[in-house]
Amino acid sequence: MLQSLFASDFIENFPLFAIILCLLCAVISFVLSGSGARRLTYVLVSVGMGLNCSVLLHNLITGERFTYMMGHFPAPWGNEIAAGLLEPAFALLFGVVILCSVAAGKSRILLDVRADKQNFYYILVDLAQVAMFALCYTNDIFTGYVFIEICTLASCGLLMIREGGKPLVAATRYMIFNLIGSGMFLIGITLLYGVTGHLLFPQLQETAAAAWSSGMYHGVMVVSIGLTVSGLAIKSGLFPFHFWMPDTYGTATPSSSGILSGVISKGYIFLLIKIIYRVYGLDLFMETGIQNILFLFGIAGMIIGSVSAIRARTITKMTAFSSAAQIGYIFMGIGMGTREAMIAVFFHICAHAITKPVLFLAGGALIDASDGKRDFNALRGAAHRNPQAGFAFLCGSLSMIGFPIFTGFISKLYFALSAFAFPHKSMLVLLALAVSTILNVIYFMYVSVILYSGKTDPARRVGFRQQRTFTVAVFVLVLVNVAIGLHSQPLTSLFEAGLDLFLG
Amino acid sequence: MKKTFWQKLSAWHKGEFDFTLKTTDHVDPPIIHEYTGKEHTIQALSRKERAFSGALYNVLCVLFCLILIGVLLGAVVSLPPHGNAENPAVNEVMDRYVEEGMQETGAVNTVAGMILDYRAFDTLGESFVLFTAVCAVTILMKNTKRTAPDGTPLPMVVAPGIVDYSKDNIVKTVSRFLIPFIFVFGVYVLLNGHLSPGGGFSGGAILGSALILFSMVYGEDRAAAIFSERLIKTVVLVSLSFYAIAKSYSFFTGANHLHSIISQGIPGRILSAGLILPLNVAVGFVVCCTMYSFYMYFRRGRIQ
Repeated sequence: MLQSLFASDFIENFPLFAIILCLLCAVISFVLSGSGARRLTYVLVSVGMGLNCSVLLHNLITGERFTYMMGHFPAPWGNEIAAGLLEPAFALLFGVVILCSVAAGKSRILLDVRADKQNFYYILVDLAQVAMFALCYTNDIFTGYVFIEICTLASCGLLMIREGGKPLVAATRYMIFNLIGSGMFLIGITLLYGVTGHLLFPQLQETAAAAWSSGMYHGVMVVSIGLTVSGLAIKSGLFPFHFWMPDTYGTATPSSSGILSGVISKGYIFLLIKIIYRVYGLDLFMETGIQNILFLFGIAGMIIGSVSAIRARTITKMTAFSSAAQIGYIFMGIGMGTREAMIAVFFHICAHAITKPVLFLAGGALIDASDGKRDFNALRGAAHRNPQAGFAFLCGSLSMIGFPIFTGFISKLYFALSAFAFPHKSMLVLLALAVSTILNVIYFMYVSVILYSGKTDPARRVGFRQQRTFTVAVFVLVLVNVAIGLHSQPLTSLFEAGLDLFLG
Repeated sequence: MKKTFWQKLSAWHKGEFDFTLKTTDHVDPPIIHEYTGKEHTIQALSRKERAFSGALYNVLCVLFCLILIGVLLGAVVSLPPHGNAENPAVNEVMDRYVEEGMQETGAVNTVAGMILDYRAFDTLGESFVLFTAVCAVTILMKNTKRTAPDGTPLPMVVAPGIVDYSKDNIVKTVSRFLIPFIFVFGVYVLLNGHLSPGGGFSGGAILGSALILFSMVYGEDRAAAIFSERLIKTVVLVSLSFYAIAKSYSFFTGANHLHSIISQGIPGRILSAGLILPLNVAVGFVVCCTMYSFYMYFRRGRIQ
């Protein structure tokens, strides 16, 4: 009964419904009050999760990809969206993370954002979500660019909505880096259009392969692929373009940091993986040699991001630099390009998306419990003052280190396993993993011990009652983390099946 | 007294010792900034080091830009020559847009047919890019009314060097004649978007510039009396909601191969081309409101 319900073709409309619903809610929030807009966002994100979940179940039952015509005109002429298993799965993941980040940071949003701009915060969250859905589902490279623009503008807004000079400077820096990235991406797809004449993924892949094998346009295509990949890499914060991260994530309101680091950078990475697999094709991409550059920069990011995190003297900066290191893992996997490495990449995207918001949100709560001071000396004993946030931070740290029973362990395990199947450079990968993990342990355990050390005044203790939504939302993410860490097999088979559908 | 490592570790745990500083009693005195009197937390570089790193940065920047320019120019040179019939971009996609565009979309203006019918999802996204930009600028620039401590609103401070056009007789007289014509031209471009070059984005920009000229010449208070924040919000809400709902109806019927009640009409008539005309009007309103509110926010931090 249930199976036939989810097998119905009507479910193929759901990605469209999710996108249009987000757009409508964003516009309606324009005239709502702050609390009205917040409730609408909660409802919207929950409905979006339901819709994506149905699409995922539908595709699991049918076992096929479907393409959905946006309008009356078929593929090379009209726009199209497509969904296999990975697209709805990541859209669902992004929805969960956005909902938990916004719910957990609610009280800080009320403090950080001026009362007459509250509804704008939730408009931008709605728009960021529609951009994520569209980046996941799009089957057209120009649609990808349009929603990258929405994403860039919305994330700048999410940063600078906190009043003050520092967030403004951070948002400006973020905007400059991001616009360079968008510009490079746009030039890249323009050059590609010049030699192929198509914008939709399937046609683009055929004509790109033909243009490459004709041998006339090798130079243009390498430049185009390089620009597209580096544009998205800058936007997601790959080393050496990670210098916007500490200021940006450090000064924004914790919900924004969570959404930006957990969801938005992953949306760009997911689009990049899609473009590599569905536009260039893995063989063509490997022939250009760009994956080796990604591989090396990924490893450099893993090490240097962690070293910067050790040198950081505030908790937010440390967490932000650790993001740079985790993005390095993901790009190292993309650079390896093997099937096993891609599974590890998907796991790491998952692990980082559900862990980093916990660290930012719990870090924010711990800073609040220490009179708003961010440096480590002031944070001494903060976990005694706010036990829920302290425990969540500890869980997040353990997951980032790669402690068993957490998702971070699974992704590192898969990275290590894929290294053995990776000819020539397996030692390099294993060494990088080992060094980076040790560095992770150094800074995360340093902070965790500081949080639990020292004595504290029981009168300053923040209880569960003062922060119910925060605790529930953060622990939902922690529980998801542990659940995936303990039962990774269903997700592994989902990713494997999704990757097979991706390759066609 | 020299402590062992474990003694240090236990002291660190109790909060009496910090590994990052040499000892707990000797702390470098904070550097005080000479003008602001604030503490410098970052170790200041010496003048020589700063000059060197600045020069290095500049040289590397120029070098990087030159390399990037060279690579991009090289790529453009090796692109297929412009306007050649053998080009890869001259394919079945272009043929159908040019040859069958008029029958299939009902629009004489092929560009309007392309952006609002063939590839309407992209344009829906583009109009929401504008909406996102409005939200971001509002967040950045919106000020609450500045008031003195006793609650009376403070007058606008006009910076020296800014010309006040409402006092300029030439601009005022010419604009009085021009503004109605600009409005009519804007409406013409908007309504003829499916028949001739133009459409929502260009027509909306013309209407918006007429509004900006109006508020420059007649004063912002008179403009604000007509175009209130409430009106602008309502127009944006109605236009964008109409756009999203109408287009999703068309996406839905198209994808499910259902009969759509929207007919193409006879190409060339003013009421033709299905949804393109109303969508052009909606986009035009959004662009117009975006331009006007940008101007007002940058000019005085609020619309009213």
